Amino acid sequence: MGGRLRALIAKEVLAALRDPRSRMMLIMPPLLQLLVFSYAATLEVTNVSIGVLNRDAGRWGVEFVERLEGSPTFTEIVALQGIPQIQTAIDLRQVIAVLQIGPDFSRNIEAGQPATAQVILDGRRSNAAQIVQGYLTVIAEQIGATVDAEHGVQPLAVGPIDRNWFNPNLEYTWFTVPSLIGMITLLASLTITGLSVARERELGTFDQLMVSPLRVHEILIGKTIPPLLVGLFQATVFVLAAVFIFAIPLRGSLLLLYGSLLVYQAAVIGIGLFVSALSQTQQQAFLGSFLFAVPAILLSGFASPVENMPDWLQIVSLADPLRYFLVIVKGIFLKAMSVEQVWQNTWPLAVIAIVTLGSAALLFTKRLE
Amino acid sequence: MSMPGARFGALLVKESIQIVRDPSSILIALVLPLILLFLFGYGVSLDANVVRIGLVVEQAEGPAEDLAAAFQASRYFEVEVASDIRALEDDLVAGNIRGIVVIPATFDRDFGSADGRAAFQVIADGSEPNTANFVQNYATGVWNTWLAQQTASGQGQAPVITLAPRFWFNPELASRYFLVPGSMAIVMTLIGTLLTALVVAREWERGTMEAMMATPVGILELLLGKLIPYFVLALGSMALCTFLAVTLFGVPMRGSVPALLAISMAFLLPALGQGLLISAATKNQFVASQAALLSGFLPAFLLSGFIFEIDSMPTVIQWITVIVPARYLIASLQTVFLAGDIWALFLPNIGAMLLIGLVFFVLAARSTKKRLD
Repeated sequence: MGGRLRALIAKEVLAALRDPRSRMMLIMPPLLQLLVFSYAATLEVTNVSIGVLNRDAGRWGVEFVERLEGSPTFTEIVALQGIPQIQTAIDLRQVIAVLQIGPDFSRNIEAGQPATAQVILDGRRSNAAQIVQGYLTVIAEQIGATVDAEHGVQPLAVGPIDRNWFNPNLEYTWFTVPSLIGMITLLASLTITGLSVARERELGTFDQLMVSPLRVHEILIGKTIPPLLVGLFQATVFVLAAVFIFAIPLRGSLLLLYGSLLVYQAAVIGIGLFVSALSQTQQQAFLGSFLFAVPAILLSGFASPVENMPDWLQIVSLADPLRYFLVIVKGIFLKAMSVEQVWQNTWPLAVIAIVTLGSAALLFTKRLE
Repeated sequence: MSMPGARFGALLVKESIQIVRDPSSILIALVLPLILLFLFGYGVSLDANVVRIGLVVEQAEGPAEDLAAAFQASRYFEVEVASDIRALEDDLVAGNIRGIVVIPATFDRDFGSADGRAAFQVIADGSEPNTANFVQNYATGVWNTWLAQQTASGQGQAPVITLAPRFWFNPELASRYFLVPGSMAIVMTLIGTLLTALVVAREWERGTMEAMMATPVGILELLLGKLIPYFVLALGSMALCTFLAVTLFGVPMRGSVPALLAISMAFLLPALGQGLLISAATKNQFVASQAALLSGFLPAFLLSGFIFEIDSMPTVIQWITVIVPARYLIASLQTVFLAGDIWALFLPNIGAMLLIGLVFFVLAARSTKKRLD
């Protein structure tokens, strides 16, 4: 019995890892993805170009432009000559914004009058444009403070002092790298599981397996082990990369991370098996897994927080294993999450795993009859 | 009608029937676009939203109480009040709140004093950098508004410089308006690259590709026969997406349909070429699926400027984005929907897509031929 299962597992692991190209696909691309996407997936805005139409002859217009040049946000300051050039520069996406300083800008400031500068922003990229607007506002405030100091106006108060816990400099990679660990293992585990069953089905060997003395749960365990091993291996490589390449602090317990990772993997593999139980061909299995993976990534809170979604989508996202795992993996890396808090996000994963593995077993048994 | 024409027609019919028969192609061409459009139309939003925060008022008197009330009244915040920060720390770790505003006991005394020392803390959850930025910006906004009210009723101090922002093409600042056109690029990539790579890889795996090559059908005919049905399928999917984007999600369509069609058709050349290249190079469904995912879907999602600004990426990654065809499609789609027909922008993008497409096709044709020798 134990020997039979062991033999089956050995067969499944060999089947998954025998082909050198498939083996390569399991290791190299995930690493590449981690490296490329970790640096690419940033909502920070740096190195953008901005246009300036300065019609002010005084010193404050010049001061504004000089401060733009000194800011790391803007790599290129394009001097524009007139309104038609503003239109072209924005239309062709040469600049994300144009700062327009009127002829009376310095005069108003010197006279103690409120001075206004116009900013035109590219709404096709409204998210980045809003961040640029935020930077410009800060620069305007700094100039205002300089003016106040020269005019001898005392600031009324310091105001808000910003602190960012868990990630003091708001490093984007501290957010993306742990999240990508969840996303990439999701994609890999789903496709390996789905395709391994479907391939056997296409070749007809799955029916042979079903009529062998092996029980359904044994076959399922056999199909679960290879993606589990691959997932654990990939996750280990990622965790090492996160700590040693990206220098992300691992503040929580590694044991908790691996414990919850196992449950997460079980949930994902359960979904993969469920999908493959429904598909006849590899193509269907792959596309079916994909049909699950894309919404799972979009609803996980990676691209935008779950609490910003409409209520009905928040309910849908309750069935998304990635949603829970993202909280866990970021929590353990950055926030040293406690056992209770990890558990609160692990038990839903366990429920998903039981439901999907159970229904996959049921579907396979049904086929047998 | 000459013989080759009739033969090619028959080939097209055969390939089209194969697509229609397979439920998974329909899944990708019709169901997935709908799901994606819905998710980007309703689910993913980069807009300003209500953020849940904690508020600690150590001494609720005078200006401190007043400022606390301003935070509670803000439409950007949903506030949970506590008298001690320790009561809120667990909530911040669990992600139930995204920030904590602490107004210290000294605020009341310091505010209005000559040295202008009055300060309060805004703590944000840095594990979500984007939301953390929102928390800080909103808190500054609440503070500035509150301060202006205070000065209006007492000591005068208006800001020296005000910026008058105007957002062209999207004055409502709805992220939906650029996410929905962007998601169409993902749909086109899925049909053009992913589906094609899978289907053709299956033919290689099963040996039907070699069987077809042994017939009098020329290699060009064979490949075109495979690709034209997917070309049509992708355009049909595009039409469906455009219809829904305009009618359901209210995305404006300021450009013309011919422009949209030209952009879409130009994109399909590199997309299909890439799918063909992947299948010819791998000849294995599993490897093809992973390669298509890695080189097609994920770059279209992450390296195309769809959500993440290309200018802000490290230089090496910016170079990689140059060969991501979706990059050119997304810039053009956002423009044709939101700005109008700006051919000076479309033409270079179309040129880049055609060029990349040509390279893919040459490479694909080469690796197909090699197989025959």
